[in-house]
Amino acid sequence: MNLHEYQSKNLFAQFNIPTPKGKVATSPQEVYDIAKEMGGTVVVKAQVLSGGRGKAGGVKLAHTPEEARDLSEQILGMAIKGLIVHKILIDPGAEIKQEIYLGITNDRAARKPLMMASAAGGMDIEQVNRESPEKIVREYIDPLLGLREYQARNVASSIRLPRENWKQFTDIARNLYMCFVASDATLCEINPLVITGQGTLMALDGKVSVDDNALFRHPDLAEMRDLQAEPSAETRAREAGLSYVKLDGDIGCMVNGAGLAMTTMDITSDIAAKLGIEGSGPANFLDIGGGAKADKVAAALRIILSEPNVKAILLNIFGGITRCDEVARGVLQARDEVKLDLPMIVRLAGTNAAEGRQIIDQANLPNIQSATTLVEAAEKAVKAARGATA
Amino acid sequence: MAIMVDKNTRLLVQGITGREGLFHTQQMIAYGTNVVGGVTPGKGGDWAEGKPVFDTVKECRDSTGANCSIIYVPARLAADSIFEAIDAGIPLIVCITEGIPISDMMKVREYLNMSSSRLLGANCPGLLTPGQAKVGIMPGYIAIPGNVGVVSKSGTLTYEVVNTLTQRGIGQSTCVGIGGDPISGTSFIDVLQMFEDDPETDKVVLIGEIGGDAEQKAAEFIRDHMTKPVVAFIAGKAAPEGRTMGHAGALVEGGKGTYLEKVEALKAVNVKVADNPEQIPDLL
Repeated sequence: MNLHEYQSKNLFAQFNIPTPKGKVATSPQEVYDIAKEMGGTVVVKAQVLSGGRGKAGGVKLAHTPEEARDLSEQILGMAIKGLIVHKILIDPGAEIKQEIYLGITNDRAARKPLMMASAAGGMDIEQVNRESPEKIVREYIDPLLGLREYQARNVASSIRLPRENWKQFTDIARNLYMCFVASDATLCEINPLVITGQGTLMALDGKVSVDDNALFRHPDLAEMRDLQAEPSAETRAREAGLSYVKLDGDIGCMVNGAGLAMTTMDITSDIAAKLGIEGSGPANFLDIGGGAKADKVAAALRIILSEPNVKAILLNIFGGITRCDEVARGVLQARDEVKLDLPMIVRLAGTNAAEGRQIIDQANLPNIQSATTLVEAAEKAVKAARGATA
Repeated sequence: MAIMVDKNTRLLVQGITGREGLFHTQQMIAYGTNVVGGVTPGKGGDWAEGKPVFDTVKECRDSTGANCSIIYVPARLAADSIFEAIDAGIPLIVCITEGIPISDMMKVREYLNMSSSRLLGANCPGLLTPGQAKVGIMPGYIAIPGNVGVVSKSGTLTYEVVNTLTQRGIGQSTCVGIGGDPISGTSFIDVLQMFEDDPETDKVVLIGEIGGDAEQKAAEFIRDHMTKPVVAFIAGKAAPEGRTMGHAGALVEGGKGTYLEKVEALKAVNVKVADNPEQIPDLL
C-alpha cells in the first residue's frame, strides 16, 4: 500500500525528521486560505499515487494566495497518469542549496534492508540507477542489528555531504530506518532531502510504501488507504479476499492459485496472438484461492463482469484438496446468482474432474462449455470472445 | 532415497488443532506420512487424529523424536512458530502459511543462518516423496514414484505439472514447493544441489515465475554444477510491470525479474524451456 506525500511526510515528522509545515486542501478556497496564512511563496503539490507529478504540471510555485488559488483550480481534477487529483498539499517555499536522495527498501537478493543515497537528489532514482549506478551509495542493514551509526556516517561521507551536516544526516538516516521498521515499510524515500538556505537538512518530498501483509498490526496506517486512488474492482476484490489485477484483454480469467492464474493468462495471451486476434487476451489476473465455493465464484464473477471489455469467461481449476464436482455445482449456482449470459469455458482438472465435467455437460446450458486441457480451454475462450463480439 | 522427506521422516504439526492443521493432518496420515504429534499452545495433553498434542515444540520433539515440523499457523503468528522450531533444533521446518510480513521473514532468514535448521517456504505447498511421505498440502494421488525431481515456486501450477507427468507415466523422486514469497528459506539452488546429489533423481523440472532473480541464479548453478538435465517453465509472461501477481514475490520491479530475462538465462545454459506446462513431458 502506497501513502500519499503528505501522509508520508506526516509519518516522517513523527520520527523527528524535519519536514515543511504543510497543509492539505481539497478546494481552491481552502488553498487560498492556507497560502494566505502561511504568507510568502508556497508550493502547490498535487497528491496522487504516481511519479512524474512535476512533469505533468502537478507541482507549482505560487507567490501570492491568489496565484495559489488559481493554480489549484487547474490542478484539482487533473489526471496524472490516469489518476485524478483530489487533494493538494501546500508547503511553505524553501531555499534549496543542495538536493540529496535518501531511501530505504528491502533488497530481495541480499534478503536485507538496503539504504541508498545519492548526491543526485531530486531525480528519479531508478533513472539514476540505470544511467549512472556509481552515483548511488548502498549500505546493507542487518535486520537483527539495525542501522549502525557508523553506517549512516559512511553514507554521509560517500555522497560528499558537507561535514557540518553529518550529525544531522546520521540522525535523519537512523530515524528514517526507525520509521521503516516501525511502519513495516517496503520503501521509505526522501527525494529530495535538501540543504536549506539556513544550512540545515529538510525532507521536501516523501514516499512510503507499507507491506500489505503487515497492515494487521498497523491499523493507523491501514486507515490511510486512499480508496479513490485505486480501481474500485481491486478494492472489492481485496475485501472479498481475492487477488485481482486488471489487464486490458477481453477474457475474464478465474483460476485457483497464483502460479496457475499467471500461466492461464500467459497461454490465453499466446493463443490470442497466434490466432492474430487484436485486442484479445486476458482481461485480468484473478486467484480465487482454495475451495472455490459458489459464493466465492459469484463474487469473482461480479468483479470480472464490472469490466465492460469482458466478452468471455475462462474458469480454470486444478482440484487438489478442492473437489471439481463441488466446484462445478458452485459454478452453476453462481451463474444463476449473477445472471451471467456471457460464454463461459470451464476447465476442471485433478480431484473428481470427470464428475465435475459431467455436471457441467449435463446442465446443458447453451453458453457454457467444458475443456480438458488448459490450451484447449484458452482456445475455446478466445474463439468464444470473438464470437460474442461479432 | 529421494530428498528431504521419506519413510524415516517423523513429522510434528504446529497448529495441529486449527481448521487447516487438522484437515491436512488427516490427509498426511492417510497418505502414510509418519505424523508423531502436534503443537497447539494451551492444548497440551489433548489428542488430535490419535496423535499427542503438546504446548511447545520442544516438549513435542523431546517426547516424540520428531525430525521435521510443518507449520499451519496464521500469518501473524507464523514467524514466531518458525523461531520456536529453530530453537527446538528441528532440522527441517516447512511453513505453509501465506502472508507473513517481509520484515519478519528477514529476521527469520538471519536467524536461520546461525542455526542448523532448514526452512522450506513460507507460502509454499510443502513437499511430497511419492509413496513415502507427504509433508504439506499437495494432493498425494497425482504423484507416482519415479526419477524426475520437481522444484517449484507455485502450488496449483505444480499440481498441474506433476499431474501431466503422471498421466504420461513419468514418475517423480520428490516434488518440492519452495514458495512464492520474496524471501524464502530454501532456494532453487539448494534443491537443485540435493537433486544433483540424489542417486534416484535423473532429471529435474524447475517451475519458476516472474520477480526476483532466483531463476537466473539457478541458471548459473545449473551451468556450473549440474550434470542432470533440467527442463523449466516460467509463469508470468503476460504480467504487467509493477503489479504483484498473487504471490508476494511475483513482481517485476524497475524492469528487473522479467519473464524474458529468466527464459534467456535458462536457455543460455541449455535448459529447455516449455511454452506451456503440457509441453514438459516431451521436453524431458
